[in-house]
Amino acid sequence: MTEKEAHITVRDLTMAYGDFVLMRDLTFTINRGDIFIVMGGSGCGKSTMMTILIGLKAPAKGKVFYGEVDFWGADPPTRAQIIRRAGVMYQSGALWSSMTLAENIALPLETYTDLSPARIREVVKLKLALVGMAGFEEFYPSEISGGMQKRAGIARAMALDPEILFFDEPSAGLDPVSARRLDDLILELRESLGTTMVVVTHELASIFAIGSNSVFLDVSQRTMTATGNPNQLLAETRDPNLRLFLTRGEKS
Amino acid sequence: MTARGEMVMEQPSEDTLKVILSGHWKLGGELPGADKVQQTLEARPGVRNLVFDTRELVHWDTGLLTFLVNLGTFCSRQKIRLNRDGLPPGAQRLLELASAVPEKTDARQAAEGVSFLTHLGNQTVDFFRSAGEMLEFLGDTVIAVQRLLRGKAQYRRSDLGLIIQACSAQALPIVSLICFLVGLILAFIGAIQLKLFGAQIYVADLVGIAMVRLMAAIMTGIVMAGRTGGAFAAQLGTMQVNQEIDALKTLGISPMEFLVLPRMLALGLMMPLLCLYANFMGILGGMVVGVWMLDIGFIQYYNQTAAAVNLWNLGIGLFSGTVFGVIVALAGCLRGMQCGRSASAVGDAATSAVVTAIVGIIVSTAVITVLCNFLGI
Ligand SMILES: Nc1ncnc2c1ncn2[C@@H]1O[C@H](COP(=O)(O)OP(=O)(O)OP(=O)(O)O)[C@@H](O)[C@H]1O
Ligand SMILES: [Mg+2]
Repeated sequence: MTEKEAHITVRDLTMAYGDFVLMRDLTFTINRGDIFIVMGGSGCGKSTMMTILIGLKAPAKGKVFYGEVDFWGADPPTRAQIIRRAGVMYQSGALWSSMTLAENIALPLETYTDLSPARIREVVKLKLALVGMAGFEEFYPSEISGGMQKRAGIARAMALDPEILFFDEPSAGLDPVSARRLDDLILELRESLGTTMVVVTHELASIFAIGSNSVFLDVSQRTMTATGNPNQLLAETRDPNLRLFLTRGEKS
Repeated sequence: MTARGEMVMEQPSEDTLKVILSGHWKLGGELPGADKVQQTLEARPGVRNLVFDTRELVHWDTGLLTFLVNLGTFCSRQKIRLNRDGLPPGAQRLLELASAVPEKTDARQAAEGVSFLTHLGNQTVDFFRSAGEMLEFLGDTVIAVQRLLRGKAQYRRSDLGLIIQACSAQALPIVSLICFLVGLILAFIGAIQLKLFGAQIYVADLVGIAMVRLMAAIMTGIVMAGRTGGAFAAQLGTMQVNQEIDALKTLGISPMEFLVLPRMLALGLMMPLLCLYANFMGILGGMVVGVWMLDIGFIQYYNQTAAAVNLWNLGIGLFSGTVFGVIVALAGCLRGMQCGRSASAVGDAATSAVVTAIVGIIVSTAVITVLCNFLGI
C-alpha cells in the first residue's frame, strides 16, 4: 500500500450530555481505506461518538477534521457537503417506516443521481442481494425482523457507494453466518471501492477478522486507552481492561 | 406447610451474629424484612461479623436475593463483614455477578429538589428558548417554501397525495357532523331571542354570516388540530425516536422540505375546501331549525341567507381557514420535530401540538377580526 492518508482526524475530543462528560481527550486518526473499529463496553459512548462524526451532535470540546477541513468549525452547508459523501447505518436501523425497503434504498439515488427509475430498481435489487435480502423490495420495515432491518439499513447506507461508511453494531442481532457474510462484504467493499469504514462493534471475531485500525474507549478511565490494529493490540497490550475486553473476560 | 420464609437470629459469639433462614424464601410469599436484622445489628454495636445458616432453606428466588442485597448495602455502610459462605451456592454466585460491575454514581445528575427561584428561572429561560425555536422553525419553513416556489424542494409527490387524502376526504364525516350541529345550535339560540321580536327570519342571516365568516373556519380548524395536528406530531415524533429524521439529515435531505412542507401544503390547500363544505353544512343545520321549528319556508330561508352573506364574508372565512390550516400543520410539525426520544415524549408532542394549534387559531382569529374591523370589511 502507498503512504497512508488521513481521512478523519479526531483531536482532543470531549463528548458530553449537558454536564455529564462521557469521554474526554480522544485523539486518533482514521486513514483512507481503513476498517476502523470503535470498541468499548456497552454505554461507554460509541454511538454518541458516531453522532459527532456524522454531524448530528456538536462535541463539547475538540475538533474533527475530514481531510484538512475542520468539520465542526465549518458552516452547515460545508458540513452537509462533507457528510453527503458518507453512508450511515444506525444502531436501530432507522429505516423510513412509511416507505418500502425498495423506496428506502431508492431515495438517496433519486435525490443525488440522474438514474432512470429502471436503473434505480436494478441498483436497489443489487444492494439488497448484497446483504442477503433479495426479494424483499416491497416489504415495509415493520414487516421484517430486527436483524433484517439492520441489513436493509446497511443496504441503504451503501446505496450511493459512499467514500466513508459508518456502521453502528452491524452484526448485533445477526446469526453467525450472516455476520460472517457481512464481514466479507465489508472487506470486499474496502478492496474494490477503497471505502473507509468506521465500525462500532462488540463482535470479537469480526474485530480481529476485519479491523485494520481501532480505538478502545475505557469507561472506567473516561477516555481512550489504546489505538491501533486490534491483533497487534491483543498481542502487545498490558492494559488489563483492554485485555479483558479482547479476550471476552476469559482469564488466560 | 405454608409458603413462608422464617428467620431466627442467634449470637454465637460476642462479635458475630448468625441469621438462620428456613422455609420458602420466594417472592410474593410472606418474608421477614432486612430491617429486622438491621435493627438487631444497631442494637448490638459489638457485632462485626454476619454469618448465615441456610440448611433449613427449602426454596429461594429473587425474594432471598433482594433481602441479601439490602443487608449487604447496610453492612458495607456500617463496616460489618458479611460472610456469604453459609448461603446456597447459587445465591452466592448471583450476588457475585450482581456486584461485579460497581454502581454508576456519576452517570446522571440526580433530579434534586430545586428551589422556587431556580424553578422560576429555568421556566423563564425555557420559555425564551422555545420562543426562539419557534421563530427558527418559522424561518426554516419560509426557506423551504421559497425552495418549493423555485421548484427545488425535495419531497415525494406520493407522500403529498397520501397526506392530502388523510386530511381532506377522511375528515369529511367529522367536519360534517360538527358544523351541522354548530349551525343547528346557533339557530336555536338565535331563534329564542329573535322570536321575542317576531324576527325569526333573521335566524338565516345570523347563521349564514356567523358560519361563513368565522365559525366554520374555527370549528374546522379545531377539528383538524385534534385530528391531523396531533397525528402529524405523533408521526414526526416517532420518526425522531427511530432516528429516521437523523437518517434524512445525514443523507443531506432537509426534513423541513421532505416532511414538513408536504404536510403544510396539504393542509393549506385542503382547509379552504373543507371550510367551504363546512359553510354548507352549517347553513344546512340552521335551515333545519328554521324550516321545521320556525316555519320559515325553504325558499324564503335560502333567499334570506343568499342576501345576507356577501363575498367578503366568504373570502374572509376561506382566508381564515387557510391560515388555520397552516397553523395546525406548523404546530404539529414543530412539536413533532422537537420531540424527545421516548414513547412518553411522543405523547407529550401530540398533546402540545393540539394545544399550540388551538391557541394559534384563537389568537389569529382575534388578529383577523381586529384587522377586518380596522379595514371596515
Ligand atoms: N440523549 C441523551 N441524553 C443524556 N444521556 C445520554 C443520551 N444518550 C445517551 N446518553 C448516555 O450516554 C452514554 C453513552 O451512550 P451511547 O449510546 O453512546 O453508548 P454506546 O457506547 O453506543 O453503548 P451500546 O454499545 O450499548 O450501544 C450512556 O451512558 C447514556 O446514558
Ligand atoms: Mg450504541
